Order: sequence, then C-alpha cells, then structure tokens
Amino acid sequence: MKKKSIGDNPAVVSILASIISIVVGLLLGFILLLILNPSKAGIGISAMLTTGFSSMDQFGKVLYQAAPLMLCGLSVGFAFKTGLFNIGASGQYTMGAFFALVGAIQFQLPWFVCLILAMIGGGIWGIFPGLFKAKFNVNEVITAIMFNWIAMFLVNLLLANMPTMLASAWGASNSDRTAALAKANPAAVIPKAGLNKLFGNSSWINISVFIAILVAILIWFILQKTTFGYELKACGMNKEASRYAGINANRNIVLSMIIAGALSGLGGGLYYLAGTIQYVLVKSILAMGFNGIPVALLANSNPLGTIFSSLFISFIQVGGSAMQPNFSSEATDIVIAVIIYLAAFSLLMKMVLSNLLKRTGKEDKKA
Amino acid sequence: MTVLANILSLTIVFAVPLLLVALGGMYSEHSGVINIALEGIMVIGALCASFALKGFDSAGWGSTHPQIAMLISILIAGVAGMVFSILLAFAAINLRADQTIGGTALNIFAPAFAVVVTWAVQGQGLTTIQIPTWIRITQANFGLEAGNGFLDSLIFKYFYLTTPVAIVLFIIAWILMYKTSFGLRLRACGEHPQAADSVGINVYRMRYAGVLISGFLGGVGGIAYTIAVGSGFSASVGGYGFLALAVMIFGNWKPIQILGSAAFFALFKVIAAYNSSLPFLPKFEGLKDKSSLYQMLPYIVTMIVLVFTSKKSQAPKAEGIPYDKGTR
Repeated sequence: MKKKSIGDNPAVVSILASIISIVVGLLLGFILLLILNPSKAGIGISAMLTTGFSSMDQFGKVLYQAAPLMLCGLSVGFAFKTGLFNIGASGQYTMGAFFALVGAIQFQLPWFVCLILAMIGGGIWGIFPGLFKAKFNVNEVITAIMFNWIAMFLVNLLLANMPTMLASAWGASNSDRTAALAKANPAAVIPKAGLNKLFGNSSWINISVFIAILVAILIWFILQKTTFGYELKACGMNKEASRYAGINANRNIVLSMIIAGALSGLGGGLYYLAGTIQYVLVKSILAMGFNGIPVALLANSNPLGTIFSSLFISFIQVGGSAMQPNFSSEATDIVIAVIIYLAAFSLLMKMVLSNLLKRTGKEDKKA
Repeated sequence: MTVLANILSLTIVFAVPLLLVALGGMYSEHSGVINIALEGIMVIGALCASFALKGFDSAGWGSTHPQIAMLISILIAGVAGMVFSILLAFAAINLRADQTIGGTALNIFAPAFAVVVTWAVQGQGLTTIQIPTWIRITQANFGLEAGNGFLDSLIFKYFYLTTPVAIVLFIIAWILMYKTSFGLRLRACGEHPQAADSVGINVYRMRYAGVLISGFLGGVGGIAYTIAVGSGFSASVGGYGFLALAVMIFGNWKPIQILGSAAFFALFKVIAAYNSSLPFLPKFEGLKDKSSLYQMLPYIVTMIVLVFTSKKSQAPKAEGIPYDKGTR
C-alpha cells in the first residue's frame, strides 16, 4: 500500500497555511513599525506578543475578549460552510447586545435569559440577508453591509428613547451609554464562578469563554454529525447539485443565516453582560463582528479551530493596546488585515504547500 | 431661501464623493471585479492628499497657489488610491482569490494604516490631519463681491475644486463607457469574459484597467469626502465607500442613473445632519436622536429598492467570478 505523505492530509496543510499567514502578518506589521519608528519597533512588537501572558489579569482579559470573537468567528465560519459570506456579523452582534441589555436593564431578567434574548436578536438580524438572498436573489454581502448600518442607527435611536436603559437613570451622570449592570441588575451579570480568585482578582474573567467553547463543540457536532449539517455543507459546495439531490437550498440558506446571526448575537450578549463594559452610543460600526472574519478564515471555518484562532486574535489585540503610547493600538489591525489578505488566496497557498510537502516526502523516500 | 440654498450646496458637496466612488465601483464591476474595498481605497486617497495639503500649507506655497496645490493633492489622492487598488487587482485577477475577502482585508488595513501613520507622523494621540482653509473657492477667485444672496450661498458656500473635477470625470465616464471601444470591451469582460477573450480581448488587462480606474476615482472620492466633512481627516470616511456601493447598485451600474442616486443619498445625509433646522420636515415631537432616524433611511430605501429591482437587475453577469483562461 502506498504510504500517504503529510501533504495529503488537508488538516495539516490548513494549519500550516494559517501559521504561515500569521508569521507573514506579524513580519509585515513589524517592518511597518520599523519604518515608522525604528528605535521603538522592538518594544512595540514585543508588547503585542507578550502582554497577553504578562499577568493573570491580562490573561483574563484575553479569555474574556476571546469569547465574543469565538462566536463571531463561528458565525462567519458557519455561513461560509453554506457558501455565504456573513459580513453582517457586526450588525447581528449589535442587535444581540441590544436585546441582552434590554432584558437585563429594562426587564430585570437573569443572565441566562438575557443570553437567549441575545441569540434571538442576532437571529432576527440574520434573517434579512438569508431571506433576501433566497427570495429575491439580492447579494447577501450587500444586504449584510446595509443592515450593519441600520442596526447601529436603530439601536442608537431606540436606546436614546429608552430612558431607563441609560446610565443617567441609575445614578450616573452620563446618558451616552447604557447603565452599569452592577447597579442596574447584578443578577444579569454573567457569573465568575470563582474564576476571578484564580486569575488574581481579574475584573475581566467570567465563564463566558467556556460557554463559547461549548457552543463551538455544538456547532462542530451539528456540521459533522447531523443530516442538517450535511445538507448545509452540500449547499455550500454546489447549490445546484444539492438542489438536484432533493435538498431545499433556499430553506437552508435562510436557516444557516439565522443560526449564524444567533451566534454573533450571543457574542454581543457575552461581551456586554460581563458587567465590565457598557454599550456606548457611537456613530461607527462595532469592530468585533468584522474581527470574526479573520477568526473564521484562520480556522479554515472549522468550529474547533475557531477556539484557537479566536484566542490568538484576542491575544494580539490585548497586546496591541499595550503598544501605546509608542504606537497606536491599530497596529494590530494591520496584522489582522494581512492575515485576511493572505487567507483570500488560501486555496492557492494550500495547493503550493501540499505539492511542496509531497515533493519533500518523495525525496526522503529516495534517500 | 438661504436655508434651501445651503441645503442644495451641501447636497452637492456630499454628492461629489458618492458620485466619484460609485463611478469607480462601476468601472470595476463592469470589468468583472467586485470592488468592496472602495472604503479602504478612499481612506488611503484621503490620507495621502491630506498630508500633501498639510505639506503645501506649512511650506507656505499652498496659500499663495491654492487651486494648483489642490489639483496636485487631488492627483495624489487618485494615484494613491490606484496604487492601493493594485493589491485588490493582484489578488482578484492574478491569484484568482475570493474578491470579497480580499476587499475586506483592504478595508481593515486602510483605516488602521492611516491611524498608525498619522500617529507616528504627528505625534502621540494626534490622529486628525487638519485641512487648510485656503482650499475653498470664493467669489474673489472670479473677481466677484462676497455676498449672502441665494446664488452666493448656493454656489460659493461649499465650493471646492473637487466639484468641477467630479463633473469632468463624470462626463469622461459616460463617453468612455458608451462611445469608445474601450468601454465596450470593458463591459464585455464583465458580462462574458470567455466570449471577450475569444475575440482577442485581453481579459486580465481589461480587469486591471477596471480596478485601477476605480482605485483612482476612489482615492479622489476620499479627499472629496474629507473636504465635504470639513473637520479634517481622522482615518475614516464614515462608511461612504459602502454607501457608494449602494449608490452604484441603486444607479443600475449606469453613469447618469448613478448621478441621480448620488444626489438622492447625499440629500438624505444632509437632511439627517440638519433636520432640526429644517422647518418643512415632520418634527416627531418627543423623539430623541432624530438624526439616527434620518441617517438610517437611505439604507432602508436601498434595501427596498433592491428587493423590488433585483429580479431585473442589470448587474454585470460575470462579476465576482475569477477568470480562468482554461475554462474557455
């Protein structure tokens, strides 16, 4: 029997391709820092790459931010599997955060009910790109971009007109953000389950990262072990062939976007129910949803891979904010952008890698 | 009447970037490449032109030759956008990459790059590049007396060189698209690249042309937006690149309709910003943050229009599909 070389193993090739993307991204980021400020570039890049491990508090922050990133990554990845590009994770995330906060502050509900509300909010926002694609053949990317903006303006409009939601109704002076949960409804804060003791009294850490990992495993199970997941993937690979095989492609497109929306929405809930961050009424789209894109691409849309890629993106983001004042923390986004750019032609890169590995494998055998 | 003149004047100045960038998107999509990176291209164009204007200003040369300095800055914006768009063209055409993902990467890269560079050049935390005030074209440029009449407000309140440049580029776009063989060839590459190739058109070269022209227009649109906003460049073009995509779709990928839809979107943006001072708008008593409502409307209208028109959409048929000579 012919022995298989590691170049034939798609998982190995995918992971290698991701690692190469990360290394090239970091390298280009470092070169840019060198050009801008040669004397501080070393300090800058080492801040990006070490801060996450520098203290238990910072590591707690990495885990805390990884949870919403993981869910946005799962959302983008899940849609990818059905052949859809969910650039609307940001809007779905915003709606999820809004639903969760309304449940927590306006209706005084406990945290787990608020998280379910978050999924409903995100799911509703996922209906639009899915339905418009299936029913009217409108490109889901365009719909999703429009609905990102609609979500942002709508949430701002609604919050501005819900006086109980704002911090000013709960003893604080500012009305540009939602109330602090510790004051408004402590029962809506996601429990820390003693983790804060473990993490040197970190204010960031709570059980959200474990919820996110459980969801990642659940999504993996749905995609790999159920008929529904199989149908979704079939639609993604060849819509016409799957329709020929009796799969209702339009129904699957809508369902897939609803689930993707619910995942992003849950991410919004996890982020804002931690009690450490209040939703601020700003006029720009939240970046978290967009950062789900590199998380999904690095993981090659594999739900289990998303766990690791979200931890990595969260890690360099926490590191990036420690680069100030020498560099702006946006330097991290440059690294992320390079990673996405490389992922755009990952197919080509994987082909080259696979051939390269096979060739070296053959030479080994000769020798 | 002055209010009306002000609104029209503002609508024009905000329609200019939308028109330019949507025309850019039109070139790219007619060649067969979806250019979702327009937002990022605008940021890069605006960044380079803002630095150029700042440089002309501190050299003292700008205030003595304002319109020449402005023209050079517009060219710099266009060339910068063009160079940046090579990244998209290379990924989309040579490497046959997913165009949406490549474009998303450029959109994340550009604002981050702009912040990091302005921060490094201007010093910590100073992320806004101030635009000099001498760039505005005034009555004095034409030997006229400054006044406050209807025409004065309409024409001169927000009059910058970008407006005549946009008009010229618009006319060129119409002629190029419909009256030249270049336009015909470009459109053929977006409709049926295999057929275009079979009659000897170099599809790769035409697609490069489409993307690079859209990069040029996107860059010019970036500085046009920055000037329209008036508060300097702070690493963002406020989603106008995405809005321009909507303008292009709303305008059915055709220059004249794009002009109309750019004016429509700009009007809504202006109404959103000035709703409190406009007497003829519904007041929505008791509603707070009305500007969000008006800012949301253009997006909702676009969606409704898309739903009703998508069945007979005139989108280039081969857009978004990488061209592979082997599939001919």
